[in-house]
Amino acid sequence: MLELRNVSFEVNADGDDKEIIKNISLKIPDEKLVVVTGPNGGGKSTLARLIAGIERPTSGSLFFEGKDITDMSVTDRANMGIGFAFQQPVRFKGIQVFDLIRLATGKKISMADACEYLSAVGLCAKDYIGREVNSSLSGGELKRIEIATVLAKASKLSVFDEPEAGIDLWSFQNLIEVFKNMRNNIAGSSIMIISHQERILEIADEIVVIRNGSVTEHGPGSEILPKLTGTSDMAPACEKNGPSGI
Amino acid sequence: MELDEIQKRLLKEVADLHKVPEGAYNIRSNGQSVGRSSTENIEIIPREDGQGLTVKIKPGTKNESVHIPVVMTKSGIKELVYNDFYVGEGSDVIIVAGCGIDNCGPKDSEHDGIHRFFVEKGAHVKYVEKHFGSGDGAGKRILNPGTEVYQDEDSFVEMEMVQIKGVDDTNRTTKAELKKGAKLIVRERLMTHGDQNAYSKYDVVMDGEGSSADVVSRSVARDNSYQKFDAVLLGNTACSGHTECDAIIMDNGRILAVPGLEANSVDAALVHEAAIGKIAGDQIIKLMTLGLTEEEAEEQIINGFLK
Repeated sequence: MLELRNVSFEVNADGDDKEIIKNISLKIPDEKLVVVTGPNGGGKSTLARLIAGIERPTSGSLFFEGKDITDMSVTDRANMGIGFAFQQPVRFKGIQVFDLIRLATGKKISMADACEYLSAVGLCAKDYIGREVNSSLSGGELKRIEIATVLAKASKLSVFDEPEAGIDLWSFQNLIEVFKNMRNNIAGSSIMIISHQERILEIADEIVVIRNGSVTEHGPGSEILPKLTGTSDMAPACEKNGPSGI
Repeated sequence: MELDEIQKRLLKEVADLHKVPEGAYNIRSNGQSVGRSSTENIEIIPREDGQGLTVKIKPGTKNESVHIPVVMTKSGIKELVYNDFYVGEGSDVIIVAGCGIDNCGPKDSEHDGIHRFFVEKGAHVKYVEKHFGSGDGAGKRILNPGTEVYQDEDSFVEMEMVQIKGVDDTNRTTKAELKKGAKLIVRERLMTHGDQNAYSKYDVVMDGEGSSADVVSRSVARDNSYQKFDAVLLGNTACSGHTECDAIIMDNGRILAVPGLEANSVDAALVHEAAIGKIAGDQIIKLMTLGLTEEEAEEQIINGFLK
């Protein structure tokens, strides 16, 4: 289980301190799929980056499986079992898809093993396994490879930052299936997805709404989802997505 | 042929050789040839002064290879050798050169190799050249390769030039002249560290209609090292040329990239690209989220970049 206790995060922009995350306390329970939603600029992506250790809180603490991880590095958190999928995946010149998946598993794997993770995200494995993770890949391809690396890492807690951002509708339909499968096989792990998408919110066990850096709603999906339907917090599945959030 | 362990290690680094190669070869060690073999189609003839070779490849020779590695394990040797390759019409061969210097002594060791390739009509040459230095002596390990390529009509030359470790000073010059339909591809990979200096200069002249050249360098400069990449493509007719310098700098490394294009025909299509920068922070963070340390992430990124 992941627990945030009174976590705040400030940045200094143009000489002014701006509080992006305001005293958030939150639990991501085991074997639950939790979707964090809310308006753009509300602090969702920052929250995900604080969990992965990419940003450090100005105050407050984070606990993972009962251990204080507030001062732990990205690497140590990853090795403890926290996985993170970037909203805008990183490109690497020369590193192949196979290399990235092999690094994610942390062990020697065969091509066939690596191909399984690509197939799981709807990519034809033989076409991609030897490709470089560079600018020859489209945004949608890159996004699916990013998700494949998080699947390959097999984390206790997998955090996805707006998996729908920057991908086309067809890819999005596939993505929903990927998350449904992850939900069905959640035993021993938990999932947190930052998303605006109705179809993703529909498969959530719990929904957390963040506005202006604070949690304004948190409860079972069946309870929170009806309140969000039709509001600007939520986008129907057919809406075009673009990069958003901070 | 007797080789000691250091010589064997150097041979493995520069030519992927674990034993005496098949096909034609000449192995030069500490200033002299220690093994040589010709084949029916490939003749290796030593120059009279002992400082180099003439390699003659018969027209139509297919799927054969020539290995001419050089190893130096004595401190204070300085040599200049000339190797000429005559590649017959329609042949298809692999030429593996390369030099490994192990210098544990106080004096500089230097190998300057001048390679000239005369590639006849329709021939295909894949040329692999690896440079490697080791040893902890105060003497420098210096390599100054000069390469000249003369390509006849419809010939195709691929060059893979690699210098990853241990060479203190290198001054590399490569010249090529391309006739009608000739094609040249160069892939250079270079890493410098410590206080090393590397200078790599290309001059490619496309004289023949439909000729093409693609010169791409990927390099990493670490510690206090310095690199200069200077690639000039000259198009005198309808031709296409592309040159690219893609470089990562780390620590106090410095790189100067000077791409140059000269078009003397309205139908010459020439492009250059150059990018120098440090490793993107997001790349390191991504690999750290997979459980790698910052140092491991950097190594993976560099290994991939230079692969």
